[in-house]
Amino acid sequence: MSRIRIPPQLRGEVGGAREVPAEGATVRELLDDLMSRFPGLRPQLVDVNGYGHDEIAPFVNVYVEGEDVRTLDGLDTSVDHGSTVILLPAMAGGL
Amino acid sequence: MPSYREYLQQVKSEIDEVDVTQARELLAGDERPLVVDVRELDEWTEGRIPGAIHIPRGNLESRIEQAAPDHAQPIFLYCAAGNRSAFAAKSLEELGYENVVSLAGGYTDWKRSGFPTELPRTLDGEKRQRYSRHILIPEVGEEGQLKLLDSRVLLLGAGGLGSPSALYLAAAGVGRLGIVDDDRVDASNLQRQVLHSTSRLGEWKAESAKRTLEELNPDIEVVPYIERLTSENVERILADGWDVIVDGADNFPTRYLINDAAVWHDIPLVHGSIYRFEGQATVFKPGDGPCYRCLFPQPPPPELAPSCAEGGVLGVLPGIVGSLQASEALKLCLDIGEPLVGRLLLFDALATEFSEVRLRRDPNCPVCGDNPTITAYVDYVEFCSGRPTPA
Repeated sequence: MSRIRIPPQLRGEVGGAREVPAEGATVRELLDDLMSRFPGLRPQLVDVNGYGHDEIAPFVNVYVEGEDVRTLDGLDTSVDHGSTVILLPAMAGGL
Repeated sequence: MPSYREYLQQVKSEIDEVDVTQARELLAGDERPLVVDVRELDEWTEGRIPGAIHIPRGNLESRIEQAAPDHAQPIFLYCAAGNRSAFAAKSLEELGYENVVSLAGGYTDWKRSGFPTELPRTLDGEKRQRYSRHILIPEVGEEGQLKLLDSRVLLLGAGGLGSPSALYLAAAGVGRLGIVDDDRVDASNLQRQVLHSTSRLGEWKAESAKRTLEELNPDIEVVPYIERLTSENVERILADGWDVIVDGADNFPTRYLINDAAVWHDIPLVHGSIYRFEGQATVFKPGDGPCYRCLFPQPPPPELAPSCAEGGVLGVLPGIVGSLQASEALKLCLDIGEPLVGRLLLFDALATEFSEVRLRRDPNCPVCGDNPTITAYVDYVEFCSGRPTPA
């Protein structure tokens, strides 16, 4: 099991939780587990590419232990048991 | 016990001295040593050997490692007549410096021989007092303070993030602050926008900021731009010349616009953003790390961006994140420390927790990548501030 940090913009979709546990050995499995329980997250996290496959939406970043999974193996990046996963959508506020 | 004379003679016999003619050759040679003037401040301000740095004899041991971390570095010391610098040379040898010489006859002989001198730039008494706590820090010092007074920082927004950034940059003596903001002070701003006050309700924020900042520090100049940053005015505003940009904007179109401009103009961009109890900060330094588009290649579609009405922010949060931005901007102006390049700092005020994720330059980035596909400004549709602009 890993812990997924939910950014404040998306907490409404998960009942306000700051962190949600999820099962999976890869980022894809973790996100599938998360999105199956909280379907409202799907459009906020993944896009379907031209081949009908999921990919991480361009306006969100996913970090496993502080590393952007796009610089690793994307959705196929392996996730060790007990890892912290951070979801980070673009945030514009400054005022 | 030796007399002063005897002690001086003994020290001089144990160190290496050069006369002014040898000194001139040494300083003109290929391996120019670090030239350190060990006299007192009032002597230094009347003239120095060109290129010298100033470390008074009394501070030599504590400050030399900052100036010369490598003990093999050749060091050339001088004072007025060659006595204080002889003792200084002895001290440096005891600290392990291997290649130290002292100028026999000192600055007096140097000047009498008609060799070049220069008047150092110094702070006047009032400024020395105002910035004394900066001058005391070895990494800043008088040279650093002069650098800050010569620095020019452009701030986007005189709001939540811009307020603390601008206040601290002004107090620090950053000589020129540009403030881009097209909004007026509203009562709902005062919970966090500490540049403004109740008596300023209805005023332009850029004007209100100018008054606050110039009252805080009359040494600096504040240039207000009462306009929204657009593809039409960005080049004109940047043409006024800025060393660092602090991004405290509240919307995606401005953030992408200033990112692209900063990359094309090679200006470091200090990024900050806030939402409720959480904030982020990083530095995008062109050529040395990622840009905003490496992090987020494109803005989220309007229907997925959180609406401003349901946003909200803890009043002190921009105080923390904006202050971090000011700290990064000062480091960039001074060229010291490790700026937040390639690292995104995340702050959660509810948990009181800082965390960091690594950011990397994307070689496929549409703006700073190897084969850029975006080469002109893009005006995105505004979708959060309630003031839509045409795409």
